Amino acid sequence: MSDNQGPVWEVFVQKKAGQPFVHCGSLHAFDKEMALQNARDLYTRRSEGMSLWVVPSNAITASSPEDQGPFFESANDKVYRHPTFYQIPDAIGHM
Amino acid sequence: METINFENVFEGKLAKNEMVEPKDWMPENYRKHLIRQISQHAHSEIVGMLPEGNWITRAPSLRSKIVLLAKVQDEGGHGLYLYTAAETLGISRDELLDNLHTGKAKYSSIFNYPTLTWADIGAVGWLVDGAAIMNQVMLQRASYGPYARAMVRICKEESFHQRQGFEVMTRLAFGTTEQKEMAQDALNRWWYPTMMMFGPPDAESPNSENAMKWRIKRETNDQLRQKFVNQTVPQVEYLGLTVPDAQLKWNEEKKGYDFSEPNWAEFKQIISGNGPCNKERLAARNKAHHDGEWVRAAAMAHAKKKNEVYEAA
Amino acid sequence: MTTQEALFKYTLRLGDTNLILGQRLSEWTGHGPFLEEDLALTNIALDIIGTANSLLEYAASVENKERTADDLAFHRNDRQYYNLQITELPNGDYARTIVRQALIDCFDLYFYQELAKSKDETLSGIANKSIREVTYHLRHTSSWIERFGDGTEDSHNKAQTALNELWQYTGELFEMNEVDEVLIKEGVAVDLNIVKQKWEKHISELFQKSTLVIPENVFMQTGSRKCIHTEHLAFILAEMQALPRMYPDAKW
Repeated sequence: MSDNQGPVWEVFVQKKAGQPFVHCGSLHAFDKEMALQNARDLYTRRSEGMSLWVVPSNAITASSPEDQGPFFESANDKVYRHPTFYQIPDAIGHM
Repeated sequence: METINFENVFEGKLAKNEMVEPKDWMPENYRKHLIRQISQHAHSEIVGMLPEGNWITRAPSLRSKIVLLAKVQDEGGHGLYLYTAAETLGISRDELLDNLHTGKAKYSSIFNYPTLTWADIGAVGWLVDGAAIMNQVMLQRASYGPYARAMVRICKEESFHQRQGFEVMTRLAFGTTEQKEMAQDALNRWWYPTMMMFGPPDAESPNSENAMKWRIKRETNDQLRQKFVNQTVPQVEYLGLTVPDAQLKWNEEKKGYDFSEPNWAEFKQIISGNGPCNKERLAARNKAHHDGEWVRAAAMAHAKKKNEVYEAA
Repeated sequence: MTTQEALFKYTLRLGDTNLILGQRLSEWTGHGPFLEEDLALTNIALDIIGTANSLLEYAASVENKERTADDLAFHRNDRQYYNLQITELPNGDYARTIVRQALIDCFDLYFYQELAKSKDETLSGIANKSIREVTYHLRHTSSWIERFGDGTEDSHNKAQTALNELWQYTGELFEMNEVDEVLIKEGVAVDLNIVKQKWEKHISELFQKSTLVIPENVFMQTGSRKCIHTEHLAFILAEMQALPRMYPDAKW
């Protein structure tokens, strides 16, 4: 198609320094700089962020619903990865 | 490996109030219904920029100019969130816009009414946004993840819109005699069109049943309409204005107002393209799209050139 | 001319320029070339009208005659408006809107940087806030100038035509009169010669990078310092001021 609205980008916003970047939505833009500017104008209009990432949507590889079992269920029985699995004597207090 | 019954997974999610995500299996009808509903909603936001935008250059104070400009911009943002939500269902922005521009897609009939006076800006913010918010609050819990998340964002931002409209109305209703008349006139003209926003009566609403089943609608048209009247009448009274409905009466038994139905024949005419502004609204959208074509072409050409340089380096 | 008179006129000049430019930009809202850009340009319009509001509020307080910012905006006629002529010109196509905006953004950036040093605390406060906004505006418009310049033949021609037609209105940006003289002595106003040097350098680099050519030996239009305008301003005001003029007793 000749005329179009440009590729889709995913926008990630960091609310405060030190916090993780969180996906907040998508937009269209024709180049990187435009994607960054559009993200600023669209997703931080109410001072929602201090730092932005923009990623072309087609650069993202996502797990599929078929993966759900094999990808994530095996982790469910690895309780030893969580701190609550271990007993610490009361006398030690917080660890 | 056991095979997954996707339909059961889907039904299970609905039953457990869980969200359906873009890559999940979903019935084709569900996808189609969502595309129609979300895109109609998006188009409504975009077309809705026009009747209000109409008054930006004539707003009577600097403050009201800034506020209206920010509000109309928000509507554009909301349209954008919704377009991107619809796009996760496998339809492109270009197709969505094409459907709008050719008249194939519908948008809310309310935006085919003209904004004739400044009081209409108040009435649109107060009544139309008020009605829209009821719908949107409900949709924050819709079953499709991207749609529900867009709604959460929209509701957060919309919260100032209705207040803005009510503030305009308040200033008019408590202003000079001429201003109060302006406010009443706007209420007279916008009351019934606003009631139409919730859609036809439940008995005649073709899409409602599936939408309820799929949790992309959680209250019926008539329930929402009743809720809106109950909420709005006391506000009208506060303003010292009169609802243009002689049948309006409190019904103690149902703890709600009895009221007259809007003219559904008019509603049908408007959604079929015969409202006072249908043609102008579509023409304005088409013109903007057409005038913007060379801008998009330039951006595309520039991006291509830059990428080539980038690759060569 | 007293310092107070000069300060009033100076502040009006800045306020009016921002107001009329914001008014023009806001005409694009809902009609932009694509949705994302519609929102972006509206953000710029919002910043600019916000600045106009602050400046006109200050002008009203400097005048000290119980007029408000709204009175100044809605109850003066075109022969009492000090905005630069370039701001009142019709938007034209998007290239024209963007070229005008880039010319002004660039001016504003260096102007506000100087104004931030003003001894007048209100003006320097407004300038400091505006620097942040204008830096972004210029980034936005500059990237569009580049896209238009090397995008398509059509976009290149449109941007070049816009530049050719608008250049004659850039002389006004740097005109100084008694108002400036009085206030520069007080350390309040900006010496526009300093701004001009930086602006010329920046603008010529920007357009050169974008393969656009700044026209030479252009006869510069003038008049706004004496409230003389193009034919367009009276129409803008007729539209903008209609309601407050129709209902002079009303509060909005």
